[in-house]
Amino acid sequence: MKVLVPVKRVVDYNVKVRVKSDGTGVDIANVKMSMNPFDEIAIEEAVRLKEAGIATEVVAVSCGVAACQETLRAAMAIGADRGILVETDVELQPLAVAKLLKALCDKEAPQLVICGKQAIDDDSNQTGQMLAALMNWPQATFASKLVVAGGAASVTREIDGGLETLEIKLPAVVTTDLRLNEPRYATLPNIMKAKKKPLDTVKPAELGVDVAPRLATLKVVEPAKRSAGVRVADVAQLVDKLKNEAKVI
Amino acid sequence: MAILVIAEHDNASLKAATLNAVAAAIELGKAAGGEVHVLVAGTNCAAAAAEAAKLAGVAKVRVADAAHYEAQTAENVAALVVASVADEAGDYSHLVAPGTSYGKNVTPRVAALLDVAQISDVVAIEAADTFQRPIYAGNALATVKSADRVKVLTVRTTAFEAAAVANEGTAAVEALAAGPDLGVAKLVGRELTKSARPELGAAKIIVSGGRGLGSGENYHKLLEPLADKLGAALGASRAAVDAGFAPNDYQVGQTGKIVAPQLYIAVGVSGAIQHLAGMKDSKVIVAINKDPEAPIFQVADYGLVGDLFEVVPELTGELSA
Repeated sequence: MKVLVPVKRVVDYNVKVRVKSDGTGVDIANVKMSMNPFDEIAIEEAVRLKEAGIATEVVAVSCGVAACQETLRAAMAIGADRGILVETDVELQPLAVAKLLKALCDKEAPQLVICGKQAIDDDSNQTGQMLAALMNWPQATFASKLVVAGGAASVTREIDGGLETLEIKLPAVVTTDLRLNEPRYATLPNIMKAKKKPLDTVKPAELGVDVAPRLATLKVVEPAKRSAGVRVADVAQLVDKLKNEAKVI
Repeated sequence: MAILVIAEHDNASLKAATLNAVAAAIELGKAAGGEVHVLVAGTNCAAAAAEAAKLAGVAKVRVADAAHYEAQTAENVAALVVASVADEAGDYSHLVAPGTSYGKNVTPRVAALLDVAQISDVVAIEAADTFQRPIYAGNALATVKSADRVKVLTVRTTAFEAAAVANEGTAAVEALAAGPDLGVAKLVGRELTKSARPELGAAKIIVSGGRGLGSGENYHKLLEPLADKLGAALGASRAAVDAGFAPNDYQVGQTGKIVAPQLYIAVGVSGAIQHLAGMKDSKVIVAINKDPEAPIFQVADYGLVGDLFEVVPELTGELSA
């Protein structure tokens, strides 16, 4: 069984982004970039499936600028077997990415696609569900447990109010939540080995996909700042403030 | 052209988040023109539909009642929504769903089948085609304009007041032919956290615990009496959930629940930006932490530096007095 895992290059989760003064976006020049944390969980899960003898090959895919190669190398250092870069300088929105992934799924015929549930830059939480729709495959989003057996996947999902378990027929799309696994640190030998793994590059046009954005960003602003309030000395003062100043209890 | 709200419900009643989505749709209706319809897909869901029909501003409730909507799987619900957009009673300019785990699961599937973009987590409606939404964990707000024929939105529930029950009259409730049962996903079971406390997303007061509590035992022993005293919901930081102190659905933050209660009490929460993203719109924030440098104090209205193991029981006691 082949598993395909899309990985996105995003601003590192530790970086506090700044909105550009001209309001056109956030400043990502000279900022540390990393693999989207949810995608790292997705790669880890796919590699574990391979180590368990369930998956035979793990293919990492990234869509975006040439530097996404680094993200693919990081995925291969965790254990992906090869990488595919869909290279473009166009700003890619979730629907466009889902279409690119569909084109690759048609070609690669994976039985399972594991996506991160959302990217921590645009916070869209769409691509996996959109890919499942375009492929006409079932989906199991926000997974905290994944068991693959007999042409089906049993997926425990984190939902509002608790957990639910779905049984879905393969091929399917699964999106990862935080508790699915804890990704390993890539070891130096594996980082070296990853450099020699195959990495193919294709262009959206070669896949026959129109990636033109559907949403125009008119402006990006900083949210209203919340200012720090006061320090209270003790519990009595806190209760007094809550009762008589804030009037919330 | 009309606006269709995809209702989240448990067949017996609407989830609170649906009321916020309806309110957003009513606001959209003012900007775009067009009445608000609510789609209820479920099994024996007449009660939920009747509740939707009582909401002020709702013109029509469309109900698809069939056995295969029992689990409300994304595959079956999305197929139904897409069919209803195309049918003659439809002609929808906008689809709106709450930005909950349910809405986030189903709605992108609908958008892709319609070949349109989705606008996630809308916090403000600027025009019929222009919306504001947070990006980068709420550290920036983007205004985006959609050129698609149907605009598909999920809305951040904390950004819109709940729709109210109408003083008189109810909307028409119409049956909608069920779509096919695609049969590709089967619900095996649900383990829902049982609690007599208010729902996290709708609570007026939230008591939230972080890693500083040290253990699940401490989390329950210290926070539950306080929450009970205040009639509050319980929340948690990611660190506390990862460590197993609290169940996953308690998580407040960028990728967990976004909350905006009247009062948010953060106990032993350091205040990572991912956590702040989930609660910084609360009206009043209280932070209790022994580390005076903890980032949570930068957003707290009232900060108390101290040992939570002493402060929290004292606070609970003080409230009983």
